[in-house]
Amino acid sequence: MIQNQPDHRQAEGCNSPERRDFLTKTSIGIAGLAIAPGMMLYEVAQARPAGEPASNKVRWGMLIDSGKCETGCNDCVTACNTENGLSGGTLDTDSQWIRKVQLKDTLTGHVSSLPMMCQHCENPPCVDVCPTQASFKRADGIVLVDKHVCIGCRYCMMACPYKARSFVHEVLTDQKTEVPRGKGTVESCTLCVHRIDRDGKTTACAEACSKAGHNAILFGDLNDPQSDISKRIRAVATTQIRSDLDLNTGVRYEGI
Amino acid sequence: MKMVIRIAALLLSVWIASSAHAAESHEFPKLDIGKGGQCVEDPQLMRRIHMDLIKHQRTETMRLGIRGGKYSLAECVECHASTKTNSVVGSNEAFCQGCHAYAAVKLDCFECHSTKRKQPLEAAKTAETGK
Repeated sequence: MIQNQPDHRQAEGCNSPERRDFLTKTSIGIAGLAIAPGMMLYEVAQARPAGEPASNKVRWGMLIDSGKCETGCNDCVTACNTENGLSGGTLDTDSQWIRKVQLKDTLTGHVSSLPMMCQHCENPPCVDVCPTQASFKRADGIVLVDKHVCIGCRYCMMACPYKARSFVHEVLTDQKTEVPRGKGTVESCTLCVHRIDRDGKTTACAEACSKAGHNAILFGDLNDPQSDISKRIRAVATTQIRSDLDLNTGVRYEGI
Repeated sequence: MKMVIRIAALLLSVWIASSAHAAESHEFPKLDIGKGGQCVEDPQLMRRIHMDLIKHQRTETMRLGIRGGKYSLAECVECHASTKTNSVVGSNEAFCQGCHAYAAVKLDCFECHSTKRKQPLEAAKTAETGK
């Protein structure tokens, strides 16, 4: 989106349609090229230098291929639990950041399997309803809960159409250094934000999925036209779950 | 009336003298400073404003994703966790808990944040002696 816009300073005062058209086309053409040393029209997905804030030139997302996701395999869930120090319990009162879901087409009997987690919406309903602005979307599209200001009202849990959020009911001990969690706050998939801030490579679930040889989860920058995920979503038909809600999710599905 | 004022003045001087005496014989907490070494700021300054520094940093890290700054709670723990228990809480000698108990200030950080070093120090020691 950003790289497709003409430079307004150049276009100022020369508003003939041909010139404007020319500027638009050329700016599309040079998108991605370095316009000066160290200056890029879009940011290549890579680790940010320490001290740099997350940028909206990047939008992190995932593409999940239900065709490759094996029924009965739970590796992504286990990896998430280990990475983030979750108990792994599946009671209503246990935190679950990612769940395996099985869908059965009752007409054909076709069963498909997929992991379900926070969809990291562009227009997240959880952020809309949060009374304390604890729910927020980071510049790079990751939807998070700032537990310092979360009052545990759970309005976001009601607003989320994906049932992606959990409430911490009990006192916790032995949290991970990089994943602080505590009683009385709401939490959900962070898209492994601590990993992304470190190297921007992959999430625990995607890593576990490739390790198991399924490669059903593809993580990457949706704003970078050269990233694997962007190439893939350009090439094949993919779906956003509950696309009718117009949330523009960062997590997309293939083969459902 | 004058008598009342005199008694009050006497009582006040006795009270000041006794409290001054109390301050002299007061026991400060004996803290296990962990690894110790050079702090990111002057210790006297840290005693006063560490909470402001890490609160500022928490907002930057949480909201903006800025990591690797000068001030960080994880780094506090990394240096100051006890060399024995590997934790900054758990007893009144522990670095954070000891001082907070002394100052009667509630310590909320560790309801969510880890109180321990990522890598226990003992492991580091064994690795060193093994060389």
